Amino acid sequence: MDIFDPVTAFSFLNLARNALTGHRNWARMWRSPPPQPAYDVVLVGGGGHGLATAYYLAKLHGIRRAAVLEKSWLGGGNTGRNTTMVRSNYLLRPNAMFYEHSLKLWEGLSGELNYNVMFSQRGCITLAHTQSDLTGLMRRGNAMRLNGIDAELLDREALARRLPALDLSPTARLPVLGGLEQPRAGTARHDAVAWGYARAADAMGVDIIQNCEVTGIRREGGRVTGVETTLGFIAAPKVGLCVAGSSGLLGAMAGLRLPIETHVLQAMVSEPVKPVLDAVVASGALHFYASQSDKGELVMGGDIDGHNSYAQRGSPVPLDHAVESCLALFPAFSRLRQLRSWGGLMDMTMDGSPIIAKTPVEGLYLNGGWCYGGFKATPAGGWCFAHTIARDEPHALNAPFSLDRFATGALIDERGAGATPWLH
Amino acid sequence: MLIPCPHCGPRAAEEFEYGGDASAPPTIPTEATPEQAHAALHLRANPRGPHRELWYHAAGCRQWFTARRDTLTHRFLAEAP
Repeated sequence: MDIFDPVTAFSFLNLARNALTGHRNWARMWRSPPPQPAYDVVLVGGGGHGLATAYYLAKLHGIRRAAVLEKSWLGGGNTGRNTTMVRSNYLLRPNAMFYEHSLKLWEGLSGELNYNVMFSQRGCITLAHTQSDLTGLMRRGNAMRLNGIDAELLDREALARRLPALDLSPTARLPVLGGLEQPRAGTARHDAVAWGYARAADAMGVDIIQNCEVTGIRREGGRVTGVETTLGFIAAPKVGLCVAGSSGLLGAMAGLRLPIETHVLQAMVSEPVKPVLDAVVASGALHFYASQSDKGELVMGGDIDGHNSYAQRGSPVPLDHAVESCLALFPAFSRLRQLRSWGGLMDMTMDGSPIIAKTPVEGLYLNGGWCYGGFKATPAGGWCFAHTIARDEPHALNAPFSLDRFATGALIDERGAGATPWLH
Repeated sequence: MLIPCPHCGPRAAEEFEYGGDASAPPTIPTEATPEQAHAALHLRANPRGPHRELWYHAAGCRQWFTARRDTLTHRFLAEAP
């Protein structure tokens, strides 16, 4: 199957054709084959990162005898639980280069996958509440521009035009002195990213196997030989882990103790309203961020709960804090009702930056430690991880995100990129 | 979440600071090798299930203590003997 096949591709013509038959005859987007006994590469975790890795392995490296194993349903973990923001407004060069590569992949993704990931470049504005905040944002904006990334400093007048609901009055709870915008940042449809990559990877022959939990990683003489699963043993000389909050569990199956703690992070949406917030807004001082979804809900989130958790649910206290932060910035939202809240498992590393790397176990590769920031990294994370697995060495873009940087001291300690367990 | 402080009894979680994995050494001796220092600073058990961890009753008795808690259910468990 070819995702661009004129008969089955998503196109205006096929939309019209399927409308005539009540949309009952769309082809299935991917097969659900039983697992084969052996593959060249097995990827654990059917979220955005695992599926993107499978896609780039097949597309760019010719490795099509590969499988993605997912313990429940595709995109049911953090891919379906994030707040869908995509940005590359980082200060440090390794982060800037990596996330900018990701943003560039996002910009062509819907066309490349023949699947509308609804990438909307509505801009991301970080607010400054103090003079030192503003100085910090200027420094970050200059660093971004030097790295070839778009950044605009906004004064209060520009903010008033851009964010009419933002409280800029003299009686505002928190003064806003200015903001830094990355105009090319924005949001995307999270489920569509997983489904689009799954469909494209499947079309190239990758087996996507849901309801298949990995229960062990088999090794012989220090190298991987395959994985034990609830559907039996599957042999593979190379195994890639893309399991986010479960990285510690899968690592332990291979005898690894990782620099990762799993924490719960919550987010919520309000009831849907008419368009009112035309950008992603973040405040570093409040550790709060909000955007408006295409359905009209205000999407917001804030802090992790702050203790190790695999519960995918948390305390009302961080949600209270997020709401208080929201109302300090946007008092007009006080009458909105909360529609729902949820929690996801963050694999928090000790320096706040991810790991896309080989491990001490030969044939075992790790894509994890995404802290809060895994969604926007989905394309580049998969792109770099596929390169690392196929060539058995990292690409220059992900070489800094090694597992041994914690031992060597070459940490990527980007404040403002999200929290870490011990900096929090 | 209520946290059973051994000195003050069950108190609201907002009164506490989290200290993380109790199996990580609290201090790094000066004679530690770089590998030992790295392990103490960065590597964590991170289990799904019972976890021995440190808590600090910041807004109460201001004592550190260890507790066992299930990271899947958030339930505090009796200390293992």
